[in-house]
Amino acid sequence: MEDLDNTVKVIVQSYDFIVANEVNWLEQDNYEDGATVTFCGRVRQSNLNKQVFGLFLEHYPGMTEKTINDIIRQAQAKWEIGRVSVIHRIGQLNVGEQIVFVGVTSPHRKDAYAANEFIMDFLKVQAPFWKKELTTEGETWLNAKQTDEDKAELWRKK
Amino acid sequence: MITVIFFAALREQLACSTIELAAQGINNVAELKKVLIDQHPSWRSHFENSSLLYAINKTVVDEQHPISANDEVAFFPPVTGG
Repeated sequence: MEDLDNTVKVIVQSYDFIVANEVNWLEQDNYEDGATVTFCGRVRQSNLNKQVFGLFLEHYPGMTEKTINDIIRQAQAKWEIGRVSVIHRIGQLNVGEQIVFVGVTSPHRKDAYAANEFIMDFLKVQAPFWKKELTTEGETWLNAKQTDEDKAELWRKK
Repeated sequence: MITVIFFAALREQLACSTIELAAQGINNVAELKKVLIDQHPSWRSHFENSSLLYAINKTVVDEQHPISANDEVAFFPPVTGG
């Protein structure tokens, strides 16, 4: 059994990440887990038809990491998972840039898929990040989406 | 002292990121809101927004959650990360 510090990584950073390096961290010397599921989110071109050239991401230092670690602990209780890596960027991010990475390993693909989706779904509705959309018409704080809340609610009912 | 922190759109609307208040007479989040509105009447509409979230010492709580001296209380809009 590896200790928790070696199996869970939660990082909030302004600079970019390299997905291949994160996959390597998840898989290196990890012979128990045959499944690796990764998710990577990037800044979209447009939202509600306005021309978006980027986002500005703010967070609540300390609470963000605590919240994501709590979500990971819940996933560990629900599924048989090995390593978990969550990286979320902050600051100004331009269209096409990577925002978030979630990687999960498991002996079985079913657990890795489910845990990855669970972590991402709860990160969306619980981790204290806020996005300000930067458009050619000005800056706007984005509103939370009911569909994200509905998605998290589905897990609570399971 | 209680440290109060505001984030994102709320911080911009209030034009305030953090304030410190004497803890005396403030027993929960609802009372803290009332004290803040008394001190800053223009903040009322922002604090009456039902979607506003509260965290004490970095854990989300409801309005009736007790506040102790030296707590860090954060007010923020619904989160939009990921």
